[in-house]
Amino acid sequence: MQNSELKIGDKIFTSRLFTGTGKFSSSALMEEALLASGSELVTVALKRVDAQNHEDDILKHLAHPQFNLLPNTSGVRTAKEAVFAAQMAREALETNWLKLEIHPDPKYLLPDPIETLKAAEELVKLGFIVLPYVHADPVLCKRLEEVGVAAVMPLGSPIGSNKGLRAKDFLEIIIAQSKVSVIVDAGIGAPSHAAEAMEMGADAVLVNTAIAVAGDPVRMAVAFRKAVEAGRMAYEAKLAKPSGLAMASSPLTAFLEEE
Amino acid sequence: MFKELFDSYNWEETQASIYAKTQRDVVEALNKTHRDLEDFKALISPAAAPYLEQMSQLSHRLTLKRFGRTMQMYVPLYLSNECQNICTYCGFSFHNHIKRKTLTDEEILKEVAAIKAWGYEHVLLVTGEANQTVGVDYLKNAIRLIREQFANISIEVQPLEQDEYESLANEGLNSVLVYQETYHLDNYRTHHTKGKKSNFYYRLDTPDRLGKAAVHKIGLGVLLGLEDWRVDSFFTALHLDYLEKTYWQTKYAISFPRLRPAEGVLPPKMELKDKELAQLICAYRIFNEEVELSISTRENEKFRNNIIKLGITSISAGSKTNPGGYAVDPESLEQFAISDERTPNEIAIMLKQQGYEPVWKDWDLALMTTGHDH
Repeated sequence: MQNSELKIGDKIFTSRLFTGTGKFSSSALMEEALLASGSELVTVALKRVDAQNHEDDILKHLAHPQFNLLPNTSGVRTAKEAVFAAQMAREALETNWLKLEIHPDPKYLLPDPIETLKAAEELVKLGFIVLPYVHADPVLCKRLEEVGVAAVMPLGSPIGSNKGLRAKDFLEIIIAQSKVSVIVDAGIGAPSHAAEAMEMGADAVLVNTAIAVAGDPVRMAVAFRKAVEAGRMAYEAKLAKPSGLAMASSPLTAFLEEE
Repeated sequence: MFKELFDSYNWEETQASIYAKTQRDVVEALNKTHRDLEDFKALISPAAAPYLEQMSQLSHRLTLKRFGRTMQMYVPLYLSNECQNICTYCGFSFHNHIKRKTLTDEEILKEVAAIKAWGYEHVLLVTGEANQTVGVDYLKNAIRLIREQFANISIEVQPLEQDEYESLANEGLNSVLVYQETYHLDNYRTHHTKGKKSNFYYRLDTPDRLGKAAVHKIGLGVLLGLEDWRVDSFFTALHLDYLEKTYWQTKYAISFPRLRPAEGVLPPKMELKDKELAQLICAYRIFNEEVELSISTRENEKFRNNIIKLGITSISAGSKTNPGGYAVDPESLEQFAISDERTPNEIAIMLKQQGYEPVWKDWDLALMTTGHDH
């Protein structure tokens, strides 16, 4: 009993758990956890790697055929800087996939919607597969879809907060009206949060902090893998919606049944 | 500018309000999810001393959440010890009869080769204040000379003008450290009797100029022990809070240079004990979950091995505080004595043993549209 595959751009994913590479206590542990997670799309910050160096510690530990690299632009503050960094990343890491992150605010790392839209438009024209990190803003997500992004990555709650789907109402709207894949990114702190996002119909989730800083990152990675699979399966199996209504009698419509 | 806010405070009243904090205030601060400046006062007050273990555990948890199990590695590179300032606590002070040295291009590259061999990608350039020889042009040249070899370049030099910071940022400068030393106006003047540094308010408004120049990161701090460290730390936190709200696109870091009793140097007015420094570090983290906290080799081995779990996010290792200290002229006089002599590799091993990944690279020139040879 397999979940359906996910297609984004030119790639097909069996796993709907995307992962990050930051905050681990060692690159070896990161590698082990990511392998255990079953993840096939792994985001890596351009600022953390020495892309010219084939012996780079992080890249070396990500050299597995199942890991597709998703370079991100964490650190840039403007569209102009993002476009420049993206081109450097494409050249160095030999992929046109890009997680577009523009958070000029280094405190809460919240994405700048205006710069993100500008950069996305330009990067799509330059041939990038753009996955923008954004607020759970349904209008912005439609605007990004219109300029040609491959997916949208709205946040569940502030990044690194582990608070879960605080933006749930807006995520539901985004999922309902999106024509591109919706990946819930940021704020997912527990496997139950990931399952919840998948049950709602998110196409994938991206998890980093909750795995990296867990007491046992490898076991936590497995827990997330299972939660994402279970959540997706529940969604595909047509989850019964909770109902607060008693159905025993129909006082308001009974008259329609009377002879 | 910060001056307006600063001038609305009074040192003695602030001091009294810190010492009036009670254990109840401390508990309240610990139980909140977001803390304000009054909570910070409680956390640095004597009343918080019995809560050091609780503070440490909370600080550790908060740091882990934001920064993960990682520690940033940086190293200072002293370019010059020429200085026209007289500062009572500093080995480079104008009236000290030491051999003055400013590194040439060739010498800078020699020093760079030595620190690159250790694996460093982040470097902090340090000078005294000698505008004739070590002015903006000298710094610009130094950054140009080394920028291809480092992912991140910081400076700790004399305060500059906004347009000067802008021009250095254009060359690839990422961060600027500028410590107020003390926020006590009168005592600042006692400790800085001569030179441009004697202008308290020019220094005080330096972070504003940096914020306006859109420099990526600003490092703040005081020389702990020069005055009552609690009051000085409160004003640092006030400064940080003001800057974060005003220049919200800038990242901030706090350092903890501690004045230690030593021969030939002015004894600290109020010595900061190990327990108190630990309390202060935890207080900053609990007050501000995102600020970077940095510890240097001024602190000894045992303290550094343990303090890294209490909120610290960046650490230096193998530091030399004399220009040419790595390769050119290792025997010249240092600005201050190093307490932890371990090599960067030894520090990296210590970090790994404690479950931390030493991070050598966390920036890239590619993230700035400036600083490239066009």
